[in-house]
Amino acid sequence: MKIDQDNLNSFIRGAAFLGTGGGGDPYVGKLMLKQVLSEGREINVIDPGDFPDDALAVNILTMGAPTVINEKIPSGAANVEALRQFEKELGRRVDAVMPIEAGGVNATMPLIVGALTGLPVIDADGMGRAFPELQMTTFNVAGLSSSPNIIADDKGSVLTVLTKDNVDAERYCRDICVRMGGAGQMACYPLSGREIREFAVLNTISLAVSIGDAIANARRRHSDVFEDLMGFLTSERTGRHARLLFDGKVTDILRETTGGFSVGTVQIDDLHGNGRMSVKFQNEYLLAETGGRLLAVVPDLICILDRETAEPITTENLRYGQRVKVVGISAPDIMRTERALKVFGPAGFGLKAEFVPVESVQS
Amino acid sequence: MTGKTARIGIDVGGTNTDAVLMMGVELLASIKKPTSSDIQTGVYAAAKAVMEQANIPVGQITDVMIGTTQFTNAFVERKRLTEIGVIRVALPATTSVRPYTDWPSDLLDVIGVNVHYVNGGHEFDGREIAPLDEDQIRKVAEDLKARGIREVAISGVFSPVNISAEERVAELVREVCPDMSVTLSNEIGRLGLIERENASCMNASLSRFAGDVLDGFRAALEELKIQAPLYISQNDGTIMNEEHVRRYPVLTFASGPTNSMRGAAYTTSHENAIVVDIGGTTTDIGILVNGFPRESSVPVDIGGVRTNFRMPDIISIGLGGGSIVRQREDGSVTIGPDSVGYQLTERALVFGGDTLTTTDIVVAAGRHQIGDPEKVKHLEKALIEATEAEIHRLIENAIDKVKTSKEDVPVILVGGGAILVSRPLSGASKVVIPENSGVANAIGAAKAQIGFEIDRIFSYEELGRDGALALAKDQSREGCRNSGADSATIDIIDVEELPLTYLPGGAVRVRVKAVGDLAK
Repeated sequence: MKIDQDNLNSFIRGAAFLGTGGGGDPYVGKLMLKQVLSEGREINVIDPGDFPDDALAVNILTMGAPTVINEKIPSGAANVEALRQFEKELGRRVDAVMPIEAGGVNATMPLIVGALTGLPVIDADGMGRAFPELQMTTFNVAGLSSSPNIIADDKGSVLTVLTKDNVDAERYCRDICVRMGGAGQMACYPLSGREIREFAVLNTISLAVSIGDAIANARRRHSDVFEDLMGFLTSERTGRHARLLFDGKVTDILRETTGGFSVGTVQIDDLHGNGRMSVKFQNEYLLAETGGRLLAVVPDLICILDRETAEPITTENLRYGQRVKVVGISAPDIMRTERALKVFGPAGFGLKAEFVPVESVQS
Repeated sequence: MTGKTARIGIDVGGTNTDAVLMMGVELLASIKKPTSSDIQTGVYAAAKAVMEQANIPVGQITDVMIGTTQFTNAFVERKRLTEIGVIRVALPATTSVRPYTDWPSDLLDVIGVNVHYVNGGHEFDGREIAPLDEDQIRKVAEDLKARGIREVAISGVFSPVNISAEERVAELVREVCPDMSVTLSNEIGRLGLIERENASCMNASLSRFAGDVLDGFRAALEELKIQAPLYISQNDGTIMNEEHVRRYPVLTFASGPTNSMRGAAYTTSHENAIVVDIGGTTTDIGILVNGFPRESSVPVDIGGVRTNFRMPDIISIGLGGGSIVRQREDGSVTIGPDSVGYQLTERALVFGGDTLTTTDIVVAAGRHQIGDPEKVKHLEKALIEATEAEIHRLIENAIDKVKTSKEDVPVILVGGGAILVSRPLSGASKVVIPENSGVANAIGAAKAQIGFEIDRIFSYEELGRDGALALAKDQSREGCRNSGADSATIDIIDVEELPLTYLPGGAVRVRVKAVGDLAK
């Protein structure tokens, strides 16, 4: 598969969807991709099944605040620089790049590096959605190290962070990224083809494109966007469960800030007065409940979408009065193991709730 | 303030030009005329007409306020725009998204693609990304000069946090080309480099036209021997002086609806209400918060270009006094979105035309006497009832969409199409139709205040939340005073705090808006 001018918009909309409210608006990523494509470069996405067992891939991302990324847009050069340093540390060339997360602006970063270097991009990631921290990956759950963690800026500074523990890597890199002006370009998590097939969340780039296509095609045909979108999400192709959790209007948003996280709760009232849902968020949407009854909880995906257009709404863009539909989607099994839930399940976010798969909640 | 002000307020819309003369709080004269193709003549005629009607001599006029949609129209229609240059102050950062990456090509055919990058810009905490290279900037200025470019936009990374890089680049450019008209992005937009740069480029492309328009307004007033200062409405419901609008015409975008909303607030003394402005073709619905139009918090697309400068949050629906009514076979009714528009007095049934409009329905219902009621006597009761129900349903839906809380709120009806509403609206605690609702826009222009907004990043860890907010408010008050407001009247009307996510360190983006009465 290629990402090109024809499917770029679908990919970006799908990446915003998989961002589950966080991960930064991928609009700036779309502009970066537009520019590399207009320069005649190609973005080749390969299936993990076609990547040899002993071939080496690297995760590419931007760490930092979306506000900073939207203002001090990465040069692209620093991302390539981080990749080259990564190769030096390992003493070998990498054979492919891949996204660490499927949602938000980071879904786009490896595609840009792929275009600039000619390296293929592997259709898989480590989060299956967006998460706020470096250790919240299926690779970390599998006991794989993120080191060497390379973090580079546009001024030519390139730092290597070697840690035993991936949580430490997150802490050190986060501090460096503040020093770099609020955002740093990273290369980390060396993975072999075998490890990717075993431990990554597979085919999430193509999933993003398909989600975007489902929305775009429904709009073009003037058919019911949600019917088509839910039809796709529940189809066998995705291997997921999906549910329309709620339909209503945003009636309250409570926000607080703790340690750089946008934490809060959004309340959504049924348009006909039949009940209320609340969704807790910490950069991403984490837990949806109604009348004290859990409807969906992280790592399952909770997406809040405009109820007319199905355009994803980020936590930062939540506003009183928005008409929304809330969709819950099951995370793949690899993200629901006991070990995985400790890292990025309810407990990983300090939530008291037990994990309940979205498909087994009584409707 | 001492003494009474005598202000002329003129709102030049696409269809009508409305004008009022207000002495203090008293409305002395109001007129509504079709907008002339030559705006200068239109402003002249409008100002003359209200002075005559009010019988106020020229010497007593203290201020003239004009609202105009010309700049929006020029940009959307790609007319009267000039070729511009853009200087991005950012190297070594931001090269992965060049200026104009997402612009429509027909627009670039008009304004050109004269893009320059120079070293510099700032980090989120105000540090320099790189020092400016003055020779490099002079060379860019020479190049623009050689190509005959006279309007340039300068966009620096994090310029809303630290304006010094953009200002120094502007100085150097002016040293090389003293007659260069310069748009600084920090004076126009908010954080978000691309959207702010886009708005700055729009502004630069309009600035020569702005000069012509202002010269035209000035000439019209001089012809009337009006010496009073001239102010132009901007899209947050406040006004800017003549010199400011010559530099920042883009800030007038969407000032028509905001003038109506401010006029609605002023004439009803409702500070928090929903304003429904029903015209001939569309209805604009917005919300007043503390007397000012609520601003959109999401990027707004203008003429195919994404921007993030402040724009009012307004919903438009295709309902007006000229909207065409159609009945389906099952008896149900559709209204608009097409309208007979300015041809209402020819095409509507009550005026002897052949098209069924919403105006015909309210006349047939016996609610108003417009044209010849005999011509709609034949309309069936069921059709009339179904249409009136649909009119109210459309408005109620839109009201519900813009509401900010589930409590019922007052609804103010303005515009010529307000006659369409004949019963209580659900979601409205009451429905108010102000006196002179047809010229609320011109009243809004006449009574407008001076406003100023800051949008910066503050460190709550360093300053504390209280300290940071106090500093932000002071800066905002000072800006308002410097823009011409009377210190004693300055109020802070809006404070918004948005923490930078995924970043420790307590960096919070703070927006504070202050308004005050014009100083005398």
